[in-house]
Amino acid sequence: MRYAETGYNLEIDLSRGNIERVATDPRDSELYLGGQGTAAKILWDRVGPEVDPFSEDNLLIFSAGLLQGTPVPSANRTSVDTFSAQTGLYSHSLFGGFFGPEMKHAGYDKIILRGKSPKLVYLYIHNDVVEIRDASHLAGKGTMDTAEILKKELRDSKVQIAAIGLAGENRVYMAAIEHYNSSASRGVGHIMGDKGLKAIAVRGTKDINIAKPEELHKLCMDKYTEIYDKRVKYAGDVLTHENNETFHTNSFAWGNARERRKDFWKPEMTAEWGKVTEDHLLRHSACYNCPLDCHASITYPGRRTFFYKCYSKLTYAMAAYKDLHFNYDMIAVTQEYGLDGFSTPQVLAFACELYEAGILTDKDLPDFPKDTGERFFYLVEKIVRREGVGDALANGVYRAARQIGNGAEAYDHNTTKKFEQLPLKLGNLNYPFFLMYATGEKMCITQIEGAFPQDPIRDIEKRKAFVEGWEAAPERFKKWYLEWEPRTQPSIEASVNIADWNETGHYVDDSIGMCAYVSSFRGQFGGRIPYHMYNLPDFISLASGIDIDTDKLWEAATRSRTLIRAINNRRGLRRVDEKPPGDHWKYRDAAVEKQLLDEYYKFKGWTEDAIPTKEKLAELGLDFVAEDLINRGILTDNADTPVKEPSA
Amino acid sequence: MKKVKTIKVDIDKCNGCRACEMICSAFHATPKYSSNNPEKSKIRVLFDPIKDIYVPVYAGGYTEAECNGWDIYTIDGKEYDECAFCRASCPSRDLFTDPDSGLPLQCDMCLDDPPQDEPLCVKWCHADALTYEEREEEGEEAKKKPDEMEVGLQSLVKNHGAKKVMESLAKLKQEKD
Repeated sequence: MRYAETGYNLEIDLSRGNIERVATDPRDSELYLGGQGTAAKILWDRVGPEVDPFSEDNLLIFSAGLLQGTPVPSANRTSVDTFSAQTGLYSHSLFGGFFGPEMKHAGYDKIILRGKSPKLVYLYIHNDVVEIRDASHLAGKGTMDTAEILKKELRDSKVQIAAIGLAGENRVYMAAIEHYNSSASRGVGHIMGDKGLKAIAVRGTKDINIAKPEELHKLCMDKYTEIYDKRVKYAGDVLTHENNETFHTNSFAWGNARERRKDFWKPEMTAEWGKVTEDHLLRHSACYNCPLDCHASITYPGRRTFFYKCYSKLTYAMAAYKDLHFNYDMIAVTQEYGLDGFSTPQVLAFACELYEAGILTDKDLPDFPKDTGERFFYLVEKIVRREGVGDALANGVYRAARQIGNGAEAYDHNTTKKFEQLPLKLGNLNYPFFLMYATGEKMCITQIEGAFPQDPIRDIEKRKAFVEGWEAAPERFKKWYLEWEPRTQPSIEASVNIADWNETGHYVDDSIGMCAYVSSFRGQFGGRIPYHMYNLPDFISLASGIDIDTDKLWEAATRSRTLIRAINNRRGLRRVDEKPPGDHWKYRDAAVEKQLLDEYYKFKGWTEDAIPTKEKLAELGLDFVAEDLINRGILTDNADTPVKEPSA
Repeated sequence: MKKVKTIKVDIDKCNGCRACEMICSAFHATPKYSSNNPEKSKIRVLFDPIKDIYVPVYAGGYTEAECNGWDIYTIDGKEYDECAFCRASCPSRDLFTDPDSGLPLQCDMCLDDPPQDEPLCVKWCHADALTYEEREEEGEEAKKKPDEMEVGLQSLVKNHGAKKVMESLAKLKQEKD
C-alpha cells in the first residue's frame, strides 16, 4: 500500500483528448519525495532539450507535495513545473490554498498535461470522473470570474479551481495561474494558455492512507499549536498584519528598480496606509490546514474582490511611485487578468522609462497618459491583449528590450537568466546572496534564500543565546554565525555553505508541499522555525513510511536540485549565464565573485562550467543523467569540461 | 430542564483553514486517525473566498426529504442561500453524507470513545470561530442519541424498508459464515 501519496498520476493529452490514470513507481518517491522533485524527474525523462516550450511535447505538471492531504500542518503548496518560453529553461512555481489536497483526495498525486487543445477547454475532475470540457464561454474571463462561473455551473461549492486569465490565454510571459488567495507565478501561466487550458476544476472525496496514523497525528497536533504560537515572530508572513511599510519602501528600489527612497516612509503613514487597508479589508484568510492567515482579501469600489500576499501589497505602488490605493486598485485588475505581481510591475516601469527616454514614442503608445499610474493601467490593457508594443512587452523585460531595440537593452538591468528579479539596489556585494542570485534556478530570490540569518545579532551574548536554541542549524553554521562580525561578509567557505543550505531547504519544502513561511524562508528572520531538516524526517517517515533521516533528506533534496541543474545544462545553461542583475550591488569585486563561483561549483560537485560532474551524479544515483550528458557532449567522460561559449 | 450542548459559530472569525474538518475526520476515522478526509468530517466550512463567505456548519440530523428552502438571505451585503446555515444531512445536497457508504454523518460532540471535554473542532479552532457551550433549556432531557450505526441503519430502513435491510444483513452474514 502507498502511504501519504495516492500512487497515481493523471495523464492528459490535450491534443488527442486522451485521459489515463497511471500508477507511479514508489522508488521515485524515495529518491525525489514528490512535488517538484518527482516532477523534475518526469521532465528529465520525457521532455528533451530540443522541445520548444510552445510545442505539444512540453509538459505542464501540477504536483501535490508528498505531505499534502496528510494531517501535517501547513503542507498545502502545489508545485507547477514546465519549460518556459521566456527563459527557455525549466520553470517552477508554487501555490497554496486548497487545490493540491483536493487533487490528492480525488486520487492523484499529479496532473500531467501534454499537447494542445484546438479550442479553449477546462479540465473537470471528480474522483474517477475526468473530462476535458469546452471552455469557450470562459474565453477572456477573469480568473475569479472563471472560478465563480464554474462553481455555479458545476453546482458544487466544494470544487477547487485554478485558472488563467486573459494574460495566460494570450501567452503573456508574466501570466500566473490563480487560485483564490494563492497564485502560481514565475511564468507558468503562459504555458497553460498555450495548451488551450483555461482552468482545472477538481473535487475529491477519497481517503489518503497514512503509514503510522496515531503517532503522526500526535506530532501534528503539537506542531499545529507550535506554529500558531510562533506566528509573526517565527512563522508566517510577518507583513500581512503590519501597516508599517518601512522595510519594503526603504529597502527596495522604486521605479524600474532604480532608486532607493530611504526617507520615504514617515511615522504618520503607518496610520494613514493602515486605514486604507482597514477600510477595504474583508478578512485575513488561511490555506488548507494551516493555523496562520497570511492572505488578505480586499474589496475595492467597482472592482472584484482580490487577495494580496507578501510584497505584492506594494510592488505596483513602488514601480509607479504611487501609494497603497493605487496598488490595491492595480491588483484588483491584474489578478483578474492573471498577471504575476512581482514581474509585471517591472515590465510596466521599464516601458515607462523607455517612453521617457524617447525609445518608445507616441507612435508606439498613442494617447499615452501623463500620469504614471494611468500609464500602468494603459499598458496592462495592451500587454494582456498583446496589442501593438504590448506584444513585445508581454515577453518580459529581457526579450522586449531586444525586440524594441534602439537602445532599449540598456534599460534591462534587473534580470537574471532572462527573468525579472526583485527590485533591489544595494551597496556592497553580499557573498551568499551573490551565489544565490547567480546560480539559483527557482528564478526568484524568495524561493532560494531563507535558512541563515541575514544579519548577525550585534550583542554577542544575545547571539550566543540565539545559537543555543537554534535547532534548525547544523553545527558548522552555529560556529560561522558566532564568528560573524557585523557589517562584514562571511568567509568564502561559510558563504558557499550558506547558499547551499538556503536553497536546499526550499528543495525539501517544494517536494513535500510545505509552505516556506513555516520552514525554509523564515529562518533568515529569526531562526526558530517550526519545520527544518532535523524534524521533518519524522513527519515524512510517519506519513509516508519512507525510511528517512536528516542526511537522506538532504541527499534527496540535493538529488532533485542536481537533476534540475542537469535539465537546464541540457538546454544550454552554463557558467556564463550565472550572474546577478547588472547593478544589484553598487560595489562589485570580480576576483571575489570568480572565487565564490569556483568554490561553490566545487562544493556542489559541478564542473567549473556549472555542470554536475559524472562523479557527483553517480553519488546521487543519477548515472543515467551523466550518461545522457556525456552522449550529448555536454560532459566529458573525464571530469573537467572546458568552459564553452553558450547559451540558451 | 435539560442540558443542551452546542457549538457557537462566529463566521466573522473563520479564516477558512479547515483544521476543524481535518481533526473531526481523523478522530472519527476507523481505525482512529487512519485518515483525514474532509468529506467524512461532521463539520464543514462552506466557503466562497471571492464572496467572503465562511460558514462552519456541523452536522445535525438526517432528513429524508428536502425542505424546498431556496430563499436567499442578505447579511452585511453578502448573499447566503438558506442551506448555508442548515445542519441537516439532506438529499438535496452532498453535505454530511459519507462518500463511501452514502450514509448520513452526524456530529456527536466528540463524545464517542474516548469522550472529549469539548468537541475537537472547537479545541483546534485557533481563530476562535467555534466555541463550545453547554446551557440549560426548558424541556425534558433528551433520550440517548442513536449511535452512528443506528443512524445509518435508520436511514437504510427508511429508504429500503426494514424487511429488505434484514434480508440483506442475513445474506451478508451467511456469505461471511
